[in-house]
Amino acid sequence: MNTISKLIIPLFVLLVIFYAFRKKVMIYDTFLEGAKEGLITVFHIFPSILAMVFAINIFLNSHILETIFGVISPILEKMNLPISILPMAFVRPISGTASLAIMNDIFVNFGPDSFVGRLASTIQGCTDTTIYVLALYFGSIKVSKTRYALSTGLFADFIGIIASFLVVSLLF
Amino acid sequence: MINKIWAFFIIVGIVFTICFGSATDLNDTILNSASNGVGMVLDLLPIIVLWSGIMKIAEKSGLLNKVGNFVKPLLSKLFPSLKKDSKALGYITSNICANAMGLGSAATPFGLKAMEEMQKENPKKDEASDAMITFLVLNTSGVTIVPTTVIALRMMHGSVNPEEIILTAIIATVCASVAGLTLDYIRRRKKR
Repeated sequence: MNTISKLIIPLFVLLVIFYAFRKKVMIYDTFLEGAKEGLITVFHIFPSILAMVFAINIFLNSHILETIFGVISPILEKMNLPISILPMAFVRPISGTASLAIMNDIFVNFGPDSFVGRLASTIQGCTDTTIYVLALYFGSIKVSKTRYALSTGLFADFIGIIASFLVVSLLF
Repeated sequence: MINKIWAFFIIVGIVFTICFGSATDLNDTILNSASNGVGMVLDLLPIIVLWSGIMKIAEKSGLLNKVGNFVKPLLSKLFPSLKKDSKALGYITSNICANAMGLGSAATPFGLKAMEEMQKENPKKDEASDAMITFLVLNTSGVTIVPTTVIALRMMHGSVNPEEIILTAIIATVCASVAGLTLDYIRRRKKR
């Protein structure tokens, strides 16, 4: 599986260049033209990334999530839910690096082959940083009215987390 | 919507830190987040510039359109509002494929290009179009087939079978995507 995914990028580049070469496209000039457009794209998305990193850092570093989980965890423990997964489930939609760090902690404390370890891996693999992606993609084309995009995206994440829990419980 | 989230994160974060944390930390957080943001952009910059160049070649040679044609029957069902020959379809396909292979950073440039193409067909430039929302729901519910980072981390922590979560992740992904697309479909229909 890993070797396949390592070969995908080289083969893809080879295919693109070879195909264009046979079609007699001015490959080098076209590449530069596209690269310049890419530079402009980065220029456009820079403010939205900075804005989102700024807000997310302030929020995560305030440790408000840890405080809330400290209060509700005794209740959830009585309901027999794996509470150590909660911070990850909440952080996953806003920050990829932060949720990876939480998953790393889970691996250190419980091991990757424990129930929470498998659950964390599945959640990390099946959902994405919805809020961050929305801010980035809509910010890049200056769309400010996002209609029902966010709630639908978060709903999908929520179902993904529930499904992860059920699947991991059933399969292992 | 992003307006409200942004304000929420900042206000709650600052008020909570002032009440229960230390102001020095808050100072550091605010000043550091600027350089963190620059760091993230600098990570993305070479990848986006490189792939934009390569994808431009794919676009000019007609390869992108060919790939788009191949998956068009399926995609045009998901994106009924896009033009049949829309360039966005090719980029959407590339984005989904890159994401599926766990190449998140390579997927971003395709996604941004797809948004750009959809914006060209969007009648209201400041409002998200139906196609954009469907694309983002599909994108964020993550059609990851090989979650490379997760597998690498599991390996590092001595998992007996690091790849065993591929199957569970695929099942959970499919559930999330189907749920997201269904809700998207219902809400799109309601509007009319």
